[in-house]
This record gives sequence, structure tokens and C-alpha cells, in this order.
Amino acid sequence: MVVGIFVVLLFYAIGEGVSLAINGVIPGSVIGMLLLFVALQLRVIPSGSVKGFASFLTNNMALFFVPAGVGLMVAYRVLLQNWVAITVVSVVSTVIVMAVVGHTHQQFEKKQQQNNQLPNESEEDSSALADSSNPL
Amino acid sequence: MQTILSSDIFILSIVLGVYLLANLLYKTTKIALLHPLLTSIITIIVLLKILGIDYPTFKQGSHFIDFLLGPSVVALGFLLHEQIEHIKGRTVSILVSILVGSLAGILSVIGIALLFGADKVLIATLQPKSVTTPIAIAIVERTGGVPAITAVVVIAVGIFGGIVGPFILDKLGVKSRIARGLALGASAHGIGTARAMELGVVEGAISGLAIGIMGLATAFLVPLVMALFSV
Repeated sequence: MVVGIFVVLLFYAIGEGVSLAINGVIPGSVIGMLLLFVALQLRVIPSGSVKGFASFLTNNMALFFVPAGVGLMVAYRVLLQNWVAITVVSVVSTVIVMAVVGHTHQQFEKKQQQNNQLPNESEEDSSALADSSNPL
Repeated sequence: MQTILSSDIFILSIVLGVYLLANLLYKTTKIALLHPLLTSIITIIVLLKILGIDYPTFKQGSHFIDFLLGPSVVALGFLLHEQIEHIKGRTVSILVSILVGSLAGILSVIGIALLFGADKVLIATLQPKSVTTPIAIAIVERTGGVPAITAVVVIAVGIFGGIVGPFILDKLGVKSRIARGLALGASAHGIGTARAMELGVVEGAISGLAIGIMGLATAFLVPLVMALFSV
């Protein structure tokens, strides 16, 4: 467990460092996530070493948002001026983003499935090749 | 008495205790509106008011839990590694879906805000609402919005999207686990991802990836769209 804690915090620290170097355009935690992913893929880090702590963190994410959420108790005042516009824009636009992303990707998957269903060995081969050349 | 109430141990106990009870309530009732994040936040705010604990004291006391937010995002890299077979060969479709979603988000904010007669500052403030807080703040600082309002809106959008998300996706017939994970992460950032984790590890891992891509896509698209509209 201690090794896992160390690895996660180390990648967080590296991520923060990189983030600082690029003017904070991407947050350190997101960079840390991508770097940890790459390190695990390249087997620089054995995945068993982080499994315990990483699973603990990802399984309890909602808890870690509670303190920030309680911050709404003081921050809500800044919203009062334009609250109708802010609420409507936020709600409608959030639903639109969700619908567009979910729907678009599902369409992609349906197309891919149709392509795969056409029994064609060479096509399957080429898609397998495309897979292995895609690290993400 | 007041020193005990404002001690870190007491505040940490409140957060954990309330969260555990909220989880229990959610699991026994299975009512989506009673999501532990929402009920915990409301209960804790009420408790702080009753006990006379101010927000700075609470913030300091609960810092340890707040701190784990960053590591939990890093840990999503592990989930991504474990779920790699779900992502393989889907790089293009994932990127395109989120780019389209990000653009739809930006344009819909402009469209609806203009209906309300909102000014440029408010539009700039609301544009990164679906993006994880640090990226959202970075975007707003460049486009001339109000970072304090953005920070609040981002959290509120996350809670809203995380709670209603699965129902909206059900209604729309979005059944693919990958599409659902992407949609939750792209629209409601980390809180959407926390909800996606409840749906399953595939949804959770993809959702975590979506936070990063959505942040980058929006950071890239917002200045572009703003430039197009103001010329």
C-alpha cells in the first residue's frame, strides 16, 4: 500500500511540475493521470504496486468532492445577480453536451459493429492492425 | 467546547460520518436525488450552521479529504490501463465525439445566454462549465470571465450532471458503456466520473479520460469561437 501511495503521489507531483512549466494550461492531476497510464502501459511501473491505493481512490471519488461542494455555502452569493440565466444556461448546455457526446460515440460504435459484422477476414485483420498501432 | 468543534479531527469525523450515513441512505432507498454527494453537502452545511463553525475553519479541517481529489484523478490512469481493451481502436471516435460535444457546449452557452441578454463577461464565465475546475479557471482567466463564478458553476454543473446524467442517457437510448462514460466525464467532469464509477469500471475509466480530453478541447475551442463571434 505504501508503494502505491508513493507512486500515485509521485506522478501527481510530476504532473504538477509539468503543469507549472506549461503555464497551468492542463492541470497537474490530469497530466499525472496520463503519465501514470503511460508508465503502466510501458511496464515501467508494475500495475500490482498501485492497484490497492488507486482502487481505493477511484472507488471513493464522490467523498473527495464533498469539501468543495460545501464551499457552495459561501460561494452562492456571487451567483445571485444573474441566477436565472446562469441556471438555465448551465442546465440546458450540460444536457446538450451529454447528449451530443453520448449519442455521437454510440453512432460510431454502431457503424464499427456493422463493419465488423460484414464477414470479411481481411477487414478484421486490418482493424486488428489499426488497434495495435493505436496506443490509446 | 468551541476548540473541539473546530478541530480537524472533529471536522473530518463529521465529513466521514455524514458521508457514510448518506451512502447508507442512498443504498437503501435507491432514490437518485438522494445521491450521497448532494445529501452530504446539504447535511454538512446545515450542521456547520447549527454548530456555528464557519467555512474557513471547515475548509482547513477537511483539507485532507479535499487533497485526495488530485490523487484520485491521477489514479484514473490505473483504471485506464486496466480498461485499455475498451479504448483500443477507438481513439478517433472518442476524440471526435468529445470535440463535437465541446463545440455544442460552447455554442449552446452563447445561444442561450444571448436569449437572456447576457453580456460578454457572463458568456465567457459560463463557457467552461463542463470542464474540470483547474482547466475551467485557466480558460476563464484568458477570456475575461469571472473565475469565482465559474468555480461555483463548475461544481454545481458537476452535481447536476452526475445526478441526472444516467437518466438522460437512458431516455436518449445511449446504452453503450463507453458512450455513457464519455458523456458523463465530458459534461460533468470529475463528479460525472464519480457517478460513472458507480455504473461500472469501464464507464469510470473512460469518463476519467473524457475529463482530460474535454478540458483540452474546450481550452482550444473557446478562444477560437470567441474570436469568430466578436469580429
